[in-house]
This record gives sequence, C-alpha cells and structure tokens, in this order.
Amino acid sequence: MKRFWLFMPLVVAVVLGAVLFAGIGKDPTKLDSALVGKPVPAFNLKDLNNPENSLNESLFQGEVTLLNVWGTWCPSCRDEHADLMWLAREKKVAIIGLNYKDSRDDALVWLDRLGDPYRKVIYDPKGTLGFDMGVYGAPETFVIDASGVVRYRHVGVVNGEVWEQILLPVINDAREKG
Amino acid sequence: MLRIICFLMAVLVSGLSYGDVAAVYDFDSRSEEERYQNLIAELRCPKCQNQNIADSNSPISKDMRNAVYQMMLDGASDDEIVDSLVERFGEFVKYKPDLDSRTFMLWATPAIAVLGGIFVVAGVVVRSRRAGTAAPALSPEEQARIDKMLAKRN
Repeated sequence: MKRFWLFMPLVVAVVLGAVLFAGIGKDPTKLDSALVGKPVPAFNLKDLNNPENSLNESLFQGEVTLLNVWGTWCPSCRDEHADLMWLAREKKVAIIGLNYKDSRDDALVWLDRLGDPYRKVIYDPKGTLGFDMGVYGAPETFVIDASGVVRYRHVGVVNGEVWEQILLPVINDAREKG
Repeated sequence: MLRIICFLMAVLVSGLSYGDVAAVYDFDSRSEEERYQNLIAELRCPKCQNQNIADSNSPISKDMRNAVYQMMLDGASDDEIVDSLVERFGEFVKYKPDLDSRTFMLWATPAIAVLGGIFVVAGVVVRSRRAGTAAPALSPEEQARIDKMLAKRN
C-alpha cells in the first residue's frame, strides 16, 4: 500500500502532462462554428454585381459550395484572393462571396482590379447574414453541402495548404454523401 | 498651469475611450438598464477572447450589444437572448457554460480538488494520531538501561 502511494506523484504528473499536452498547438482563436450541421440561415440580400437582383438561401442548393466572407477593408482577404482565383480558374469548387460590411463601389473596384473568383456575391453592408452565421472576423470560409447545410468553417486565410489539408477533404466528404 | 492642462487632457481622453464602448442606448427603467449591463458583462467577445462584449470595442462586440438591445426591446427573456447568440457564435460566448457531459469536468474539478485535499489532510491527521497512541512504551529492561546511562553521566 505504501509503495502504491510513492507512485502517486508520478501518476499525477503523467495525467497532468497528458491533459496539458493535448492543448499544445491548438489555436484558441479558431472556434468551431455553431452552425456546423445546420442549414444556412434564411436571408434576403442584394446581389453585389446586380442590385436589382435579390439572393436568398436557395443559392446554396444543388451543389457543394464554398461561402467566402470578405471585405475590401480586410488585409488578409487581399492575401487569399490569388488562391481563390486559382480555385475558380481550376474549377475546383463553386465559390459564393459574402461581401461583409463593405461599400458596393469599393467592392466592385476590388473585383475589377483583382479578378472575380465568385459565382455570385451576396452584398451584406450591415453584416446581418454575417451576424446570423456567427462571422467574427473576415476572412472566413464555410463549406456548404448540396442541400445547403454548413459542413465546416475555416477562420483565416485560404491558401494551398489549407485547401489541400482542410477544405478539400471536407468537400470530398460532402460530395460523396450529398 | 501645466498640471491643470494635463488633468483636463486626461479627463477628455478617458471620456473619449469610454464613449467608444458605451454606445447610447435608451432604457425605460433603471432595472432594464441593469439587466442589459448584466447580460453584456457575461457574454464573451469571440474576436478578442478575454474580454466580455461590454468591455470590447471590436465591431463584432458592437453588433452583439446592438443585438442584445434589440432583443430586449422585443421583449425577449435573458435566456432567449443568450441562446440566440449561442446559436450563432457557439457555446464559447458564454462565460458560464451549461453543465453537460462536455463541461462536466470543468465544473467538477474544483469540487474534486477540495474533496481530495480534505481526504489527504484527514488521512495525515488520522495516521499521525494512530502513530502517537500506538507508540510502544519502554519495557522495564530498557527503562533500567536508560536509568543506568543517565546515572553514569551524572
């Protein structure tokens, strides 16, 4: 019995070590979306490129899409733009843009200059859809399956590595099951 | 004079930074305002993670305060307001998470630590008591030897 108690500090240290080790390398600023497994919230917003045209959640029906939240005020969005262009050019996946808390004129100039990787861009100047989707900082990219259900949310820049290691597996999974 | 200027500057600047966070919301009663203050104090900002939305001046906190205010105007209860934000931003925004299977250890750890401490202390006390009473008295021969030794020294 006494022997057993001698080993207690070792046991405590190992358990504590395991618990703390599990936390190493986790980025606490990246939160899982509360919307995963739920449909895209209902919305009714204007098309950025075509102000007379309204868009709603039916936009996400029929095919796996990426929803990319961006704004011209967001430096990291500028960073990832080339990679989004590449995804669009290679026809890897359909990308829907959500222009978040921005002005239409600035956004159109941006797309004109840098290219437009988006199939459609939802214009959300007040950030209402962004708020309903729990967007807390652009850029954010959601994977949405063919029935309009959110599968994944990536916070931060999309680049080749993020695409290969994170987004593509989720998309393939959604395509298989959809 | 310089002191007065410095003081005035400090007052002005502090007023500015305070005004940035405390947007003007009108409430019908003092109790409603307190309710609002309590709500925004226990909701956590998803962007600036160690601040509540009352303290933070990030745009998302502003939106969340605004949403809280709007929902209060619409007559929502505290639970409804918190739930609607949790639905969007996740359990993360609550400083006091609900007790469920995932958060069980979070809530139970302090109790486990206190109980564990009590057990250890009780164990030590009981053992030392037992050791004290159980200390064997000296046999007559031993006592005689000690007496002899002491007598020699004297």
